[in-house]
Amino acid sequence: MADPMRIRAQAKGDLVEVRVLMAHPMETGQRKDASGAIIPAHFIKDVKASVGDRVVLTAQWGPAISQNPFLHFRFKGAKAGDKVTVTWVDNKGDTRTDEATIS
Amino acid sequence: MRRAAAPGRVLPGLKFALAMAMGGAFGTGLPAAALAQSSAADGIAQYREMLADDNPAELWEAKGEALWKTARGPKKATLENCDLGKGPGVVKGAFAALPRYFADTDRVQDLESRLLTCMERLQGFDAAEIAKTGFGRGEQVTLENYVAWIAAESKGMPFELPQAHPKEQAFYEAGKAIFFFRGGPFDFSCASCHSTDGQRIRLQDLPNLTQTKGAGAGFGAWPAYRVSSGQLWGMQRRINDCYRQQRFPYPGFASDVTIALGVYMGVTARGVETKAPTLKR
Repeated sequence: MADPMRIRAQAKGDLVEVRVLMAHPMETGQRKDASGAIIPAHFIKDVKASVGDRVVLTAQWGPAISQNPFLHFRFKGAKAGDKVTVTWVDNKGDTRTDEATIS
Repeated sequence: MRRAAAPGRVLPGLKFALAMAMGGAFGTGLPAAALAQSSAADGIAQYREMLADDNPAELWEAKGEALWKTARGPKKATLENCDLGKGPGVVKGAFAALPRYFADTDRVQDLESRLLTCMERLQGFDAAEIAKTGFGRGEQVTLENYVAWIAAESKGMPFELPQAHPKEQAFYEAGKAIFFFRGGPFDFSCASCHSTDGQRIRLQDLPNLTQTKGAGAGFGAWPAYRVSSGQLWGMQRRINDCYRQQRFPYPGFASDVTIALGVYMGVTARGVETKAPTLKR
């Protein structure tokens, strides 16, 4: 099971500012280990953020995203007390979902 | 697995972070200051500021706290009774007063060596075996997590290393001597780089560790998340790398030499607030 994300969501006026820190190795598949063998690619493919049933962000990621990625975005139409849910799925099918209450 | 040899990986991530922070789809707008960079140090400070918004060290902190409360090792025990100098189980403020003398081991110990003691006594791990393990492997990873969390619990507290015990005083003197001891193929000492204000190695400012301010900035910044390697480094690993750069043989994980250096730097930094874990290049 993947490690938890850290999600912070703050309402600022009519915007909600969301900051997500994910724990993931994000291996490109281009690197080699000490013995010269290729380290298999392992990266987050899909990211989805939603509030209730409404999807507020989807992203398709690839190996160019850094290790332990940091995602920062804003959206309209939610208020303090609502819950933001973030889900990622990686290329090995592993997935992680965490949620945070908007403050 | 080592991540150090991955220079190509930093840039894509950074580009992404820049795109996120500077506009693109989710835009915050370009800060005017970014256009008028007065010096390399300012540039690095800005880069750090942009990334520091969410320091990945927090991922280590969260894991460290969870591990602390998990029953582990041959004895299946948690570390919740570990005495870091403030009494069994007290974590808050412990980091700001380490390294210090511990009566039960009759040694001056820094955070990492004290954790080794706890892992051995409470959980039944073999401390010598962990000390020999390479950084970023096996139980050394667990140590990184503990170190990140325990340091974070003292964030904002001033360093207050005790100097009452004769061994603590002896370690300070030893640390000072080691700091100024020149040797190795380059005839280097720690002081060669770290005893003058305004020194740099390439673009990195080198703190003057012989002064309170510099020692606070240097000693007080570790453990830190290193963006270049995607790893969390504790003070032990920092010192290890200093010795590598000096082309000195490494004195060994949690050895008295490294702890003495910690005492010297920490005592010099007394009064400065700890910011660890921080974010480093």
